[in-house]
Amino acid sequence: MSQTKPDPPLLEVEDLRVHFALRGGVLQRFTGREHGSVKAVDGVSFALRRGEVLGVVGESGSGKTTLGRAILRTVPITAGRIRFDGTDITEMREKTLRPMRQRMQMVFQDPNASLNPAMELLAAIGHPLRIHGVTDDDDKVRATVSEALDRVGLSPVELFLHKYPGDLSGGQKQRAVIARAIILGPDLLVADEPVSMLDMSVRAKILELMIELKRDLGLTYVYVTHDLATAKFFCDTIAIMYLGRIVEYGPAEQIYADPKHPYTQSLLRAIPEPDPTKSVPRDLPRGEIPDAAQPPLGCSFHPRCPVAFEICGWESRDLRDLLERHWLAHPDDEFDRERRTVGDLAALDEPSLTATVPVGSGHPAQDVVDLLERIRADDPHEPTWTGIRDITPAAGGVRVEFRDDCVDPSLFDVGGGQQVACLLCRDGNKSKGPNDGRR
Amino acid sequence: MTTTPELHHVRPDTVMSVRDLRIWYGTARGAVRAVDGVSFDIRRGETLGLVGESGCGKSTLGRGVLGLLPDAAKVAGHVLFEGEDLVGMSRRRLRSLRGPQLGLIFQEPMTRLNPLMRVSQHFLETLRTHQPELSKEQMRRRAIDTLGAMGIPPTRFTNYPHEFSGGMRQRIMIALALVLNPAFVVADEPTTALDVLVEAQILTILADVKRNFDTSILLITHNLGIIAEACERVAVMYAGRIAELGDARAVFARPAHPYTRELLASTISLSTTSLHYIPGAPPDLIAPPSGCRFHPRCPDAMTVCPQRHPPVVTTELNQDVACWLHGPDDQIPPGGSAPLEREAIGVADEA
Repeated sequence: MSQTKPDPPLLEVEDLRVHFALRGGVLQRFTGREHGSVKAVDGVSFALRRGEVLGVVGESGSGKTTLGRAILRTVPITAGRIRFDGTDITEMREKTLRPMRQRMQMVFQDPNASLNPAMELLAAIGHPLRIHGVTDDDDKVRATVSEALDRVGLSPVELFLHKYPGDLSGGQKQRAVIARAIILGPDLLVADEPVSMLDMSVRAKILELMIELKRDLGLTYVYVTHDLATAKFFCDTIAIMYLGRIVEYGPAEQIYADPKHPYTQSLLRAIPEPDPTKSVPRDLPRGEIPDAAQPPLGCSFHPRCPVAFEICGWESRDLRDLLERHWLAHPDDEFDRERRTVGDLAALDEPSLTATVPVGSGHPAQDVVDLLERIRADDPHEPTWTGIRDITPAAGGVRVEFRDDCVDPSLFDVGGGQQVACLLCRDGNKSKGPNDGRR
Repeated sequence: MTTTPELHHVRPDTVMSVRDLRIWYGTARGAVRAVDGVSFDIRRGETLGLVGESGCGKSTLGRGVLGLLPDAAKVAGHVLFEGEDLVGMSRRRLRSLRGPQLGLIFQEPMTRLNPLMRVSQHFLETLRTHQPELSKEQMRRRAIDTLGAMGIPPTRFTNYPHEFSGGMRQRIMIALALVLNPAFVVADEPTTALDVLVEAQILTILADVKRNFDTSILLITHNLGIIAEACERVAVMYAGRIAELGDARAVFARPAHPYTRELLASTISLSTTSLHYIPGAPPDLIAPPSGCRFHPRCPDAMTVCPQRHPPVVTTELNQDVACWLHGPDDQIPPGGSAPLEREAIGVADEA
């Protein structure tokens, strides 16, 4: 490029939200009562310059795929803005949007499911040309398809034009899918796990092709993946997602060298390396990604976080986890005895900063208080206790009060373009929580 | 019972010996030789990793050693378990071994539990079938203990499968396979459907299983990282055959077979600095390449490679490898070790 002034971003996403309404049973559907929503994408912002590769990395349920689709407007957007090459496309009508779609294409994860098994490659890859009214002339379609096939390495093209997807290997299918995605000459490619279904021995080849296409066609990528290793190799910028939000964002090099969010740190440590002399550490976060319909209060990661502290959002459900972990670690007869002192644990499932632990029938409330104190004595360093203010016997059970000053962290700047949604980074990267360093 | 073949000496701590196992399926285009002459031993309490790309026959092999193949599959060779040959064994005898002696952990934990049955019922059904002498309370204890070892709290014992997350369901599946304390378990891609943090949790559980249950595990995966993490020994499979088998550390440090070496180099990990791949694609098992099946993709191929299938030899590092680079030299015809001249692999054959 000859200009020296910085390009405006090709893609700008501002506080994007995609919420899916939950509907309950048949009756609720009939009465139209809403049942809350799943916040698949919940306030995501970033800007992507031409020629850049953004890696959107997260586990299943993090909202990364929904984000990728929302950028192309293939899922309904609840709030926020998407600007593509300076044009706001958030509320653009399908008719005006369609010509824009020529410039933004998608590559899906499963090449087997992205190609119509009854369509020859010539028809499948040439389809976008006809749909977008570029040309309907058979010779022109054939010429353009041949060029695209050649571009993705499916040559000699005569061999492939009349093949069906079933005749191709996994890698060849993914090449065909990429050929179809680039045939309209797009600027932006959203690639959703493009190599994760492929064999190890061919993954690198597809990744290499994507790098070549970026160089030769000036493509910009949003690379959606769960695989931090390929993202490290391919991406300029990384956005780590957890429960619909970006929890860490910044230049790839910096994120891999110095991950700041405890979630990013554990993801990086959990990857099994093909080297038997290195092993995955045992002190990894407990549990799994929580239910997105009712995310944890405060920081979404706090129930699993090894360095969580007082104000990270401790609440009723953490108390249930605490009880269950205690019983897991203790022998059966202790469980049988203690379990009877506590009533139905479902009482703790509603997120709340004051929880009432029901007392088992025939037991005084003091038994439950004693049980909780015994659990505390067992493991006084368990971070959940830092968020509990008071435990008192009350009507119908034992009342447990959590701190009400918990904070839902936003993205804090830690310098060098890196942003982290963790309270430990609130005052720059030197800030330390009271329990920092304890594992 | 068939007679025990004396192909190799068998170590006394061997739980299962597989000898020259062949499994093929008939199709309209011809027989698919999914497993084609595989031999290995599994020792007591060890985890043997079986790694290979999709379509190499690793899952078929995993089912084959449990006698769980569909009727259409043809089997030859021997699978010796506790002095009996599972190949050709009566269905009734096989069924009595499955559960108390042989177990299987599936890839998809979501689909393997009955959604209409509580977790407790899954366990009680299994225990009632195989150990009817236990009292109901003993069964409950046993189930809760096994679930506890997998990190499932006792409070969740009577929940339904849908009330658990994916990782927890996989733990329940593992507990269900282990509750009868079988001597041998096949784990077929047990973490493939799971996220990286949950995968790490399951791998630590599998490591604990070895310690607490004295169970031998055949761990099938396509992920070399998991092999490195969880297995003592590893068998690398290519196109229906075992290319290399040995101590995991030795195989990873000094791969003897070019396929192992290339596969390790192709794996993209956090320490990857340049991309590497194997030209071509894994072969069609209906008409596999002659001789060594890897020769069309092998950078070290010699003229002998397409002519004869390499026999298994043991290297100084105690790796069993089927590759002419390691001999035996007296079986290589004169001039056989000259580099193989090949037409460059066209992209047409590329993956």
